Amino acid sequence: MGSIGVLMLIPMNTYLEQELQKRYNLFKLWTAPQKPQFIKEHANSIRAVVGNAGAGADAELIEALPRLEIVSSFSVGVDKIDLAKCREKGIRVTNTPDVLTEDVADLAIGLMLAVLRRLCESDRYVRSGKWKKGDYKLTTKFSGKTVGIIGLGRIGMAVAKRAEAFNCPICYYSRTEKSDTKYKYYPSVVELASNCQILVVACPLTEETRHIVNREVLNALGPKGVLINIGRGPHVDEPELVSALVEGRLGGAGLDVYEHEPEVPEELFGLENVVLLPHVGSGTVETRKVMADLVLGNLEAHFSNKPLLTPLV
Amino acid sequence: MGKISKKNRGNPSKEVQWSSVMDDALVDAFLHKVIIGGRVNGTFISKAYNDIVKELVEKFNMEINKDKSKPIAKKWMTTPMPNYSKMAQLWAKDRAKGDHAEIAKEKRARTIHDPSMATEVEDHRPLVLVHHLASFKLPLQDRLIPHFRLFDSLASPEASSVRALICVGPTPVTVDTLDHLPSLRLVVGSSAGLDHVDLVECRRRGIAVTNSGDAYSENVADYAVALLLDVLRRLSAADRFVRSGLWPQQGEYPLGCKLGGKRVGIVGLGSIGYEVAKRLVAFGCTVAYNSRNKKPSALYPYYANVHDLAVNSDVLIVCCALTNETHHIINKDVLTALGREGVIINVGRGALVDEKELVQFLVQGEIGGAGLDVFENEPNVPKELFALDNVVLSPHLAVSTPESFEALNEVIIANLKAFFSNKPLLSPFQQE
Repeated sequence: MGSIGVLMLIPMNTYLEQELQKRYNLFKLWTAPQKPQFIKEHANSIRAVVGNAGAGADAELIEALPRLEIVSSFSVGVDKIDLAKCREKGIRVTNTPDVLTEDVADLAIGLMLAVLRRLCESDRYVRSGKWKKGDYKLTTKFSGKTVGIIGLGRIGMAVAKRAEAFNCPICYYSRTEKSDTKYKYYPSVVELASNCQILVVACPLTEETRHIVNREVLNALGPKGVLINIGRGPHVDEPELVSALVEGRLGGAGLDVYEHEPEVPEELFGLENVVLLPHVGSGTVETRKVMADLVLGNLEAHFSNKPLLTPLV
Repeated sequence: MGKISKKNRGNPSKEVQWSSVMDDALVDAFLHKVIIGGRVNGTFISKAYNDIVKELVEKFNMEINKDKSKPIAKKWMTTPMPNYSKMAQLWAKDRAKGDHAEIAKEKRARTIHDPSMATEVEDHRPLVLVHHLASFKLPLQDRLIPHFRLFDSLASPEASSVRALICVGPTPVTVDTLDHLPSLRLVVGSSAGLDHVDLVECRRRGIAVTNSGDAYSENVADYAVALLLDVLRRLSAADRFVRSGLWPQQGEYPLGCKLGGKRVGIVGLGSIGYEVAKRLVAFGCTVAYNSRNKKPSALYPYYANVHDLAVNSDVLIVCCALTNETHHIINKDVLTALGREGVIINVGRGALVDEKELVQFLVQGEIGGAGLDVFENEPNVPKELFALDNVVLSPHLAVSTPESFEALNEVIIANLKAFFSNKPLLSPFQQE
């Protein structure tokens, strides 16, 4: 398969990169000084694109690659891939579902704990020597707080399962009520936000879910409420979130994703009731290896005419 | 139950209905009950009731103290278990109508000066010593006042007759302390671990000892999980990375480690250890434990010594009591057994871990990481740790939430009440 051209859009995982290099004629887009030129040059040999949550095959790229057969994404979310276009052109799309569910759910709980118990702030407190001058203030208990989940898919369910072990009542919003769960359903996000103390965004990003957490939702969550976003930045109206936090209308936030990554609103840097992570939801050695193996497995299946492991389109 | 039976000593019993609105007489009666007589025989059964008590104590207590009037105990209702939630609802309703508290306050002030009400005054509240270092205050101490006569000096005359002592935080209870208190029969600790109390001497003198029971367990267990997630997923370090503006410059943050699938060894399977285990099982971890004795009720694998537990664990969570036997239970051998990828979490006491050794292991990369809420010489933290990103440092905060103190208050009151009415103690101290 050494002659098959694979275009990798950005660096995402050393192991994946090495394995792709071994198996295919790998083109690394980020190394090209002139990207459009580079694509044009290799357009006739590129049959696969490997991207991730931040970089996918958009309409322009798809049009530029006439021999493209498959887009294999090193992520669950595929909002950067023009799925309709792929469907139209018969280009297959794969992602890496399930394998990062646990990591993302773990991180959601980690963010809840970190915000309520002021974990990062108290670590800074110790490191800056302030403890010697006096005790840190009281923090808020996590166990028993009501957790509201937007989107009760795999990740949402995994968050729920973990939060239940902390004796947290669980409620959720999704487009339709799920028949196979005992968790309380609210037909709108505002109602959910009014009835929980911690609101977690765990749904896919679509046209309907863009800015699903807006000013009204933030106000409903209120000055004691905490927002956790482990979904996508655009799920939350970021300027509204910033002003709610700065004005004290919201109790706190734990964010792994932002509207304009890697840019994070600087107004948040000085706040102790926020925890800011650099999109590390699936960022564990163990999971990235499994994800890389899925990308490789999908490409291998495709080019040897076997059924794809995790086909999306 | 919609009634309170008024059984006072002088008069035949009379019943009051709480069923309709909380009228003035009832507000008065309620205030008497809560504040003035201060003896509620029923146990605290609802949070709403606690909130009312708190509010009333805050609003009225100072005035009573200033007044120097003796508490009016006579027209006293001893009530087995009134419908507190109903009372709470009524109270809230009244409050919504206007500042009923203000009206009640006036009324209460009148009552105090009403000599007919102030006869046969006698304070039956049991005497309790609040034993505390100047820097440690008992949270919510005011809430004990309705139930107990508190004093806080070993030098005061009450010391010779006091039968119960509340030991606040890490205040030492030594032979010397006990020598001041010849009648003492109960030490109520406000912490989970009681390494500052001379337990041997207490036993020798026949003094019962209680600890915080389950009051802190959930909070401490939450904190242990929080520290573990922080170390594995680098939350605090990643937060520092973002805040210092490095993300746009340096790109993707280094990968962390997955929690699921980790073998977690719990050192000390007491109420905190159990709560930790329950939480981590939900994350897909496997749990094993070490304690002095195998727990018949625990389904997790037991290791008779910490070294063997460490050999078979990726993570050790230390949450046992500090005693002579557990001092430096995490030593060089245990750290070596845990290995280069191993993580240690300490939410017990600093001296459970040989801190010098731990620092060496961390600095030299011979252990994977550590999440520490406690240290050997607090508030001093080894400076070598400040530069490490695989370490999370916390200023002894695991119990520090308002919710903890609410729960502690209830445990203390319950233990004291049980003691003074010769009932079994709620949380006798048991070593894990």
